[in-house]
Formats: sequence, C-alpha cells, structure tokens
Amino acid sequence: MQISMYTFFGYLVVMAGVTYLIRVIPFALCQGEIKNRFIQSFLTYVPYAVLAAMTFPSIWYSTGGLASGLAATATALILAYRRKSLLTVALAAVTVAFFVLLIG
Amino acid sequence: MKVQEWKQGIRDGIPIALGYFSVSFTFGLMAEEAGLAWWQAVLISVTNLTSAGQFAGLDIMIVGGVYIEMALTQLVINLRYALMSLSLSQKLDRNFGTGKRLGLGFFMTDEIFGVAASRKGTVSGSYFSGLATLPMGGWSFGTLAGALLGGILPAIVQAAFGVAIYGMFLAIIIPQARDDFRYLIVIVIAILLSCGFRYIPLLKQVSSGFSIILCAVIAAGIGAWLYPLEPDQEE
Repeated sequence: MQISMYTFFGYLVVMAGVTYLIRVIPFALCQGEIKNRFIQSFLTYVPYAVLAAMTFPSIWYSTGGLASGLAATATALILAYRRKSLLTVALAAVTVAFFVLLIG
Repeated sequence: MKVQEWKQGIRDGIPIALGYFSVSFTFGLMAEEAGLAWWQAVLISVTNLTSAGQFAGLDIMIVGGVYIEMALTQLVINLRYALMSLSLSQKLDRNFGTGKRLGLGFFMTDEIFGVAASRKGTVSGSYFSGLATLPMGGWSFGTLAGALLGGILPAIVQAAFGVAIYGMFLAIIIPQARDDFRYLIVIVIAILLSCGFRYIPLLKQVSSGFSIILCAVIAAGIGAWLYPLEPDQEE
C-alpha cells in the first residue's frame, strides 16, 4: 500500500507544522516573568500533573500484559521513592517486566 | 555556550534517549508495515519528535484522512506541549531569547520537558540543547532501525521496553511528591482524574489528548488554589 509522494509531503508538512507551532508559539511569546501567584503556582504544578496523568493508568498496560505491567509499576514506584536515577528506575522496570513476561 | 551545563544536559538526556530508541523502533516498524519507505519514517520522526502524535498521524496517513483532520488531531494530541512551553518559559534564564526559543522550542517533548522542569534553578539554552541532543539521536536512529530491521528484536524485549518511559516519569514525580505533600496532592488528583477518564463509561469517549490536558489543568489548578507557592519555592 503506497502513499503518493505528493500526499506524503502534504501530511508531513501539516503534522510537523502544527506540532512545531504548538510548541514554539507559547515558548517564544511568553517572555516575561508572570507575577500572578496563582498562575505561577499553577504553571509550577503543571509538569507534575501532566506526567502523573500520562503515567496512570497507562503504565500497567505498557508491557502488553497486566502481570508484567503491575510488577514493573511496583518496581518503578519503589525505586523512584528511593530517589534512584531516571536510568536506574527505567531499566529496573524494564528488566522486571521482561522476567515476568518470560515466566508468564 | 556553557559547556558544563551542556554536558549535564547530555548526561540527563541518556535515559530519555534509551526510552526513545525503543518507542521509535516500534514507530519505524509500524510505518514500514504501513507501506512507508524507511526514509519517510525517519523524516516523520526527525520533523515531529513526538510519539503520540506520530502514531496518530500514521493512522491518518493509512486511512487517507483529510488534511484538516490531521491538523486537528495533531492539535489536540499535542496541545499539552503548549502548556509545557508556557510552564517552562517561566524557568528559562535571561539569555534564553527569542532566537533560541524558536529553535530549541522544537524539542519540547514530554520527557525533555519533565527533566528540564524538574531541574534546580533556571534552565539555560546550553543545558536544554544538551538535554535534547541524545534523545533526538535516539528517536531518529530508533526509527531507522525499526524501519529497516523489522522483526529482529524479540517481541518480549520490545514489550518490556514499553514501560521505560513511564519509569522515567515516575523517577521525576515521586521524589517531589515525597518531599512536598502539596505536589503529592496534585499528583494524586491528576492520577484519579486520569483513571476516571480511562475507566468511567461516559468519560472514556474523551480522546487521550484532551484527557491529559483536562487532568493536568484541573489538578494543577486545584493545587495552585489550595496550596499557592511562594515565588522562591518553585525549585
């Protein structure tokens, strides 16, 4: 199933263009420091809210099987709580998931 | 160019790059199966640098959706980047001017944002560009590998790697939740809302792009309302 070259580049421009503008417009326009305390607090909390919302419940479905997913989630939660590095937490979760999948 | 900061960025970008490699590998695989040439898959990855958006975009290419549908889907799915850009804009150092923003803004992804936003102090252009480098490489190269190598990686390994990126997210948010209960509250609210959008019958209809935005805005909003932060408390 082939997509014509013309169509492909059309899609590409739309996809990349929209994504780029969404990222860059707020980034480039919002130059000053926001004084309002509510908005400042809001923007500071946003990253954590976004990451939390993206992680749950997706994380326990991310390995294809619920058992491996839950095991990996528990692993990641424990290690993250103990302040392990990004790499350590990620790799440990992957390893646990791998073994559960292997056994299961 | 602050070399020290750039190097720190590079170091912090390593786990992201590893996660990206496996996710983009899957994208390359799917793109190739859909009939795209390997260079088309790589071109998509290099110009977009977004997992959710690219997978959705691929679907639209396959079914032959109209351009406006592509534009709207990308808008909704990636709208959270606008929120992230707004949020991170408060944390940039004085030298992070418009030119740098126009260029480096391209690299605003979930993980890059997460790491940059949790960095102590202000974020410099040097740090941010260092941070984005390896992930960009991992994403591009992973796509290439996926498109070319196809089914070589055992399914089990690929499946296990699916959790890598979420592991990274937890490594960022959990320590903060542990140190400051206000962040814990925000995170818990976001999680409850997110699960609500996933499991509650009517809310299930809401697409994931909108769901994430709503959860984040509501949770962060409640947090800012109940527990406003002192200006110097923001890391």
